Amino acid sequence: MSYRTTFNIQRSTFNVQFWMLGIFFLFALESATPQILDTLSDIGAEIGKQTGALTPGQAESIKKAGKAVNKTFESITPEQEYYIGRTVGAVIVNKYRPVNNDAANHYLNVLGQTLAQFSDRPETFGGYHFLIIDSNEINAFSAPGGLIFISRGMLNCCKNEDALAAVLAHEIGHVQHQHGLQAIKKSRLNSAFTILAAESAKQFGGQDLKDLTTAFEGSISDITSTMMNSGYARSCEKEADKSAVEIMKRAGYDPNGLTAMLMEMKKNLKPDGFDFAKTHPSPDSRISDITQWIGPYQPVAAPAGRQTRFERDLKLN
Amino acid sequence: MKIKVLFGPVIIIGFAAAVWAADSSKMMSVQVKTTPLRDTPSFVGKAGATLSYGDRVETLGTQGPWTKVNASGGLSGWVHTSALTSQRIVLKSGQETAQTRASSDELALAGKGFNSDVESEYKKQHRNIDFTPIDRMEKIRISSTEIQSFLKEGGVSPREGGAQ
Repeated sequence: MSYRTTFNIQRSTFNVQFWMLGIFFLFALESATPQILDTLSDIGAEIGKQTGALTPGQAESIKKAGKAVNKTFESITPEQEYYIGRTVGAVIVNKYRPVNNDAANHYLNVLGQTLAQFSDRPETFGGYHFLIIDSNEINAFSAPGGLIFISRGMLNCCKNEDALAAVLAHEIGHVQHQHGLQAIKKSRLNSAFTILAAESAKQFGGQDLKDLTTAFEGSISDITSTMMNSGYARSCEKEADKSAVEIMKRAGYDPNGLTAMLMEMKKNLKPDGFDFAKTHPSPDSRISDITQWIGPYQPVAAPAGRQTRFERDLKLN
Repeated sequence: MKIKVLFGPVIIIGFAAAVWAADSSKMMSVQVKTTPLRDTPSFVGKAGATLSYGDRVETLGTQGPWTKVNASGGLSGWVHTSALTSQRIVLKSGQETAQTRASSDELALAGKGFNSDVESEYKKQHRNIDFTPIDRMEKIRISSTEIQSFLKEGGVSPREGGAQ
């Protein structure tokens, strides 16, 4: 057997190993859960290293890339979600200044934190907190982790505590389902997790911190532009409305409060407005969904004490 | 060689599956800043000690969304399951690092990734963004007692077992 023949056999064996590895990864990508995928990428890289198809350095790169690529928004820890939420919140209050009315904000927090206990996700890293923002636009925003902002314009759509509870419960629904985190582009998460996979040290410095901050900045921009400009997908809004109805029922509020608020919103919305008119499905279509869940609208009949405190504590001017 | 390549993954996957099955540990970690240890599985349950981020607890059973746990110092009580993770959370680098574990999914290094350092770096680049209102709103914490009074005053009657 000539040297060339031996070399060709070795090369074809290498090719077989290479393609087998490739097919192995394709099957893995198609069907595996994230945890399995991590392990499969480790195994594949190890086989490649053992058979000589990959150098130790290449094998290590495959392991790290495999771990980074299969990460989704669900891989963001509650602690990281908290830091994302803080900055999203800071961007919101930079655009819409806060209303510094302690009594009104306290009332909003008592109601909101009460409702959060009845959600499927009552515990977040930093907890749920609520703030009134100084805008006559009809808006409400929920930053990841539980920072929730309600505009004056939105408060004007709430004629009783049950209607306000509906707005807060809807925003809690967005936090519960992590709709904000889902707005982060996959490419952005890939770059963040690739940096993290490359380093296990707690402290980042120099270029890594800069790159991570760039990915962070991009993530904030993805979330805020979705919330303020394009709006979440219709399916997300429906999911948040459904959670709102469930939270209200569990807490003891009348879910008709949600319909009452939407009927008032319909009267106040300007068709070309940069608020809920632009970012949310129409009140009519939302009412139609809600009617399917709770039946035809029945006016909210709240006890006098509830209405008294609503009017007393939410007085903004 | 072909046989080696084909059987290698099968054997290793089988071994990994066996390891996962055996590793169904009952230990969990607190994944929120703080959470109270309650006497009963409810938000109205009397809160005793406070557990902190990264604390390890032994789970004894569940009731709805609540988990009964044993914590360090002989403490036991109920914690809402959304405050717990099966990952081990390592608070300090050097105490243990991600490299010492087979898979990073078993372990979360506290403060890794988007953290206070990243927030500081972001603040340096965006000096116009004021975080003061966020710091202020985060300080508003409503006690269980105030929530109970609020529900009572407003005639709000939670559904039986409604608090999750």
